[in-house]
Amino acid sequence: MGAKPTDAAPAFFSAEAIGGAFRAALVAAGLAFPILALRAEPDLNNQLVLLNRWPLLLWAAGIVFVGHLAAQIPHVGRILKWALFAGCTLVLVWILAGVANSNLPLRGKIALFTLIAASGFFGLLIAAPCAPGTPFHDFQKRARAFAGKIVGPIGIVALFAFPLVMLWTLGPGGSLKWINNYGVQILIYVMLGWGLNIVVGLAGLLDLGYVAFYAVGAYAYALLSTHFGLSFWLCLPLAGILAAFWGIILGFPVLRLRGDYLAIVTLAFGEIIRLVLINWTDVTNGNAGLSSIPRITFFGLPFTAADNGFAASFGLEFSPIHRNIFLFYLILCLALLTNVATLRLRRLPIGRAWEALREDEIACRSLGINTTSTKLTAFALGAMFGGFAGSFFAVRQGFVNPDSFTFLESATILAVVVLGGMGSQIGVALAAAAMIGGTEILRELDLLKAIFGPDFDPAQYRMLIFGFAMVAMMIWKPRGLVSSREPSIFLKTRKSVSASHVREGHG
Amino acid sequence: MSEPLLTVRGVETWYGNIVALKGVDLDVREGEIVTLIGANGAGKSTMMMTICGAPRARSGSIRFAGLEISQMPTHEIARLRIAQSPEGRRIFPRMTVYENLQMGAAIDKFAHFDDDLERMFTLFPRLKDRARQRGGTLSGGEQQMLAIARALMSRPRLLLLDEPSLGLAPIIVRQIFQIIRELNHREGLTVFLVEQNAFHALRLAHRGYVMVNGLITMSGSGEDLLARPEVRAAYLEGGH
Repeated sequence: MGAKPTDAAPAFFSAEAIGGAFRAALVAAGLAFPILALRAEPDLNNQLVLLNRWPLLLWAAGIVFVGHLAAQIPHVGRILKWALFAGCTLVLVWILAGVANSNLPLRGKIALFTLIAASGFFGLLIAAPCAPGTPFHDFQKRARAFAGKIVGPIGIVALFAFPLVMLWTLGPGGSLKWINNYGVQILIYVMLGWGLNIVVGLAGLLDLGYVAFYAVGAYAYALLSTHFGLSFWLCLPLAGILAAFWGIILGFPVLRLRGDYLAIVTLAFGEIIRLVLINWTDVTNGNAGLSSIPRITFFGLPFTAADNGFAASFGLEFSPIHRNIFLFYLILCLALLTNVATLRLRRLPIGRAWEALREDEIACRSLGINTTSTKLTAFALGAMFGGFAGSFFAVRQGFVNPDSFTFLESATILAVVVLGGMGSQIGVALAAAAMIGGTEILRELDLLKAIFGPDFDPAQYRMLIFGFAMVAMMIWKPRGLVSSREPSIFLKTRKSVSASHVREGHG
Repeated sequence: MSEPLLTVRGVETWYGNIVALKGVDLDVREGEIVTLIGANGAGKSTMMMTICGAPRARSGSIRFAGLEISQMPTHEIARLRIAQSPEGRRIFPRMTVYENLQMGAAIDKFAHFDDDLERMFTLFPRLKDRARQRGGTLSGGEQQMLAIARALMSRPRLLLLDEPSLGLAPIIVRQIFQIIRELNHREGLTVFLVEQNAFHALRLAHRGYVMVNGLITMSGSGEDLLARPEVRAAYLEGGH
């Protein structure tokens, strides 16, 4: 453009700025007119009538007008950053106040308070915006590097301690929600994300039908355990093998495809599996699904109140939380297994071949790498971990039906991988925690009800918020949450590759 | 004389219904540097890629060390130790230099990796300085060196080089050609070189072929071709 930065943006509140904002508002009004201003509703005679909602349209246009004008304020980026910082502090204080006011036992309050305050404090300290060159910035830099080094081990220790700490602070009744809704739910997606990461992040094969393997694993466990009475530990590898087999079945026809074409075929594959599950009623019982799948046992001891149950055998008072804690540790171990396997594979020739394949298929072939088998192993291994997760899903729910394996699931898993930064293990875990945990938190935000009225159900706006988050990510962190790439091998010291050298949408 | 290392006879290659090679014959003997020169679009790179099996030759025969390779898949041809530094270099941009070189040794299951790495770093000291840097951040000349080094990591019996001088400063071109000459001289490396830069290529090579529109029109020793007026007129005028 060649314009000087000083005259690139019109002066704040100049006629030009107001005119620009007005035009933007007009465009917004035009776009929003059919969506917001008109609404068809059945009247008392069950006939559709068109209702006007002009105020809504005015609000939308007004917001765009003010927003457009606000964007002209000098240093708006920095102001926003500080506002975000202040907002985070407020939320932290609000959570702490909530903890203080809750009816938890005192030890629970103290433990939670310390945990939240400490993590919040250090989080804000590290994330606080701060001009480069100042001593605090240097400190931040070192703190960030240190945090990057210890986040893995500390995270694993924290995860293993999590259910016990929850049980101790909140008691069996109160901790169920945290262990089950948050812990297990998030870890399932962490595992799925890590599994898909092998296919998408490492081998660079965009797979939109990953949920198919999840479904194969779930149905494999459901069918094998109900029909043949096989135990979970026997079914788990079988489900993995079956899913891997289907991964290869999918792999063969799509070997020649890449990019968009591959994505479409995998999408279709996911749908085919789901439709087969719906229509092959003799085996899968169709939409009704398979129920009364045997529940998990503690290596043979059932989690029941009976005399031969887990609680009685260990002299504990029976509580349903025991099973949930066991499930938590089970999925945690499965997820860690996925992670360890991926990290090991990345250092082996096959892992290197995946990464090379993602970069340049032709060069790979000219170096003597069999791209066919390389792709198929990526599909098979990714699918296998999906199958493991699927059979965990089945043993946890005790019931499977095709509704759990829609395209939306595939999209969520893929979003976890993309948001996390493709190829980054820790990023995928963080993204899963943010997305799945965020959805759960939304259900509980009574604060929003106080603002928007008692009928407001924040969970309904999940997709909207999710969409905003995606757009924001693509603008500010287009390469994902954790976008730097660790070289798989290094000469003397490990030195990560900075985000700006990692291509968008790749590891 | 025994059979040449590489024998190409009557090879035709098509892209869909467009013919790119119209029956090419050429030989590369053990320990030779052979160059293929020609104008843009003559089919030089296609010839090289056809040796590697991508695209496959529609007819004709390509024999390497007594083996018919024209119908083999690319990765198996590579495993016969035909290494390639392809057109446009095709290094792995997001992998480090070290990782790139490792990919080159994949055929060998890394049996001689450490020795070969040392050798490459002696041949191309620049790469040693950049070992931990990502391939995509190297300069053009360094990328070309990396592509050649990666190909050499597999201890090739035949090295295929496609336009190593493309887009490089003359001093770097001379450097790279000097290294090829040394490798040939010292280790008897057999090289098949496709080049636009006819002057440099013919001075380096023992023998040369000239390709026009998918056909070999002339062949002879390097000096012989350099001296021919047709070659001078078509490929060398304009000064060097």
